[in-house]
Amino acid sequence: MLEDRGNLLGRGKKFRLLDHTADVGIIVYGGDLEELFSNAGEAFFEIITDLQGIRESTERTIRVESPNLEDLMVNWLGELLYLHDVDGLLFRTFSIDELRDGSLKARARGEVFQEERHVIKTEIKAVTYHQIQVKKEKGRWKARIIFDL
Amino acid sequence: MRSGLSRKDISGSIKELVGALFRNIPSGVGSRRKDFTLNREEGRKVFKKGARWAIENGYGFAVDLEHIEEKGAIEGADPGAVSERAVERGRSQLGTLGSGNHFVEVGYVAEVYDGKLADALRLNEGQVTVIVHTGSRGLGHQVCDDYIKVMLQAAAKYGIELPDRQLCCAPIGSDEGKRYWAAMACAANFAFANRQMITHWVRETFERVMGMGPKRLQLNLIYDVCHNIAKFEDHEVNGHRRRICVHRKGATRAFPPHHAEIPEDYRDIGQPVLIPGDMGRCSYVMVGTEKAFSETFGSTCHGAGRVMSRHQAKRVAKGRAIVRELEDKGIFVRSAGKATIAEEISDAYKDVTEVVNVVHNAGISRKVAKLVPMGVIKG
Repeated sequence: MLEDRGNLLGRGKKFRLLDHTADVGIIVYGGDLEELFSNAGEAFFEIITDLQGIRESTERTIRVESPNLEDLMVNWLGELLYLHDVDGLLFRTFSIDELRDGSLKARARGEVFQEERHVIKTEIKAVTYHQIQVKKEKGRWKARIIFDL
Repeated sequence: MRSGLSRKDISGSIKELVGALFRNIPSGVGSRRKDFTLNREEGRKVFKKGARWAIENGYGFAVDLEHIEEKGAIEGADPGAVSERAVERGRSQLGTLGSGNHFVEVGYVAEVYDGKLADALRLNEGQVTVIVHTGSRGLGHQVCDDYIKVMLQAAAKYGIELPDRQLCCAPIGSDEGKRYWAAMACAANFAFANRQMITHWVRETFERVMGMGPKRLQLNLIYDVCHNIAKFEDHEVNGHRRRICVHRKGATRAFPPHHAEIPEDYRDIGQPVLIPGDMGRCSYVMVGTEKAFSETFGSTCHGAGRVMSRHQAKRVAKGRAIVRELEDKGIFVRSAGKATIAEEISDAYKDVTEVVNVVHNAGISRKVAKLVPMGVIKG
């Protein structure tokens, strides 16, 4: 069962955390889709580490494609997880350069994990489709994503 | 693993042992090996050979294979079914513990419930034991990720209605199903190899810290069994013997005495089942039963299960010196991440004793012995 913790993690209401017995989820908000995807990236790395501790010394260009917005969200975060797992990257800021017809192009800025400087709070194993939701609500975009820990 | 040591033999060295295990076994979030990474060619061998690959490369002994499910390699593994991405995620993670609920635990036999079964498993009160809990790491997650995408399309293709998209699937006999199987087997074999390497480092660490040779330590594998896996097995269904695919999720195999799939020295007692509890309580050794075979397709529980989310656990742990609390109970814990210890506190889990009593009383596995932790390394 999901328990809505209702607390704010980011500055302003960008996202909040959903508590789950075995997993963890996020509810992300955005004025437009670009902001929604960017905030989802921030929320993702806020679960993993302390965003404040990430220096923006590296930039990666990311491209993902999907038939619909929900899949695009899962693939976007899945790509970030892959870069984190394989190259040890931690990202802090995201610029969404293109988002249309089920394709997304973005730049993510951050740095490679360094044991002395970074805290790792939680290991995310996978981004899931469980209860996935991306929708417009009262003129604002909202997404729900559950992670397998 | 059982050992030739008693609790008294290591009680003075446990802190040192835990520290050395922590140094010798890469653990924690994103733990990776700096000394070697797997290339595609070597990766293919790991996927096909599993624990045997590890043994051929000097990690442990051929005799270990006798006490590993499927002798350490599931058939049907096709490295071609594993994506480049999955290989990429696995390449520096072979021989790492990972984080979360993964652990290496040094403990001792605190109680024997059935002398005859314990004798057959060569377990006795006070004897030192070691449990290793880890799996296929990032490789397995990527295999899952990759095939969820395949299965989402397959479910639509085969007209399967999904209550939740994460539950996407395909018939096991379909092309998609067969290909997934071939990839899953690779991940399972990677996990067998991973555990075998860690088993080897546990032995090495004991040798160094205790200053004893392998003959004196006798750190022998009791059993290595998968959690969360699908297997083709023969079972009776509606009065007919059939070959079926049994998917054990949150469950583990518990085959009865005289089943052909279990090691010869355990034929009379049934397959050993290892039920880890949380780091502050205890774990259990059980054996599979005939009843499990007829009622639960030869399956039983695989652990205690959480009652608190990780965040709840952290809240409960806040302000408490968890490491100290455990030390007061005689349990030394080392963890790569401070958060892990808070997330893994006893309060966050069901009492494994109650869980084990349920499956024991239901007859789907039998209690043999209780193991109490002395030292734990967590990811």
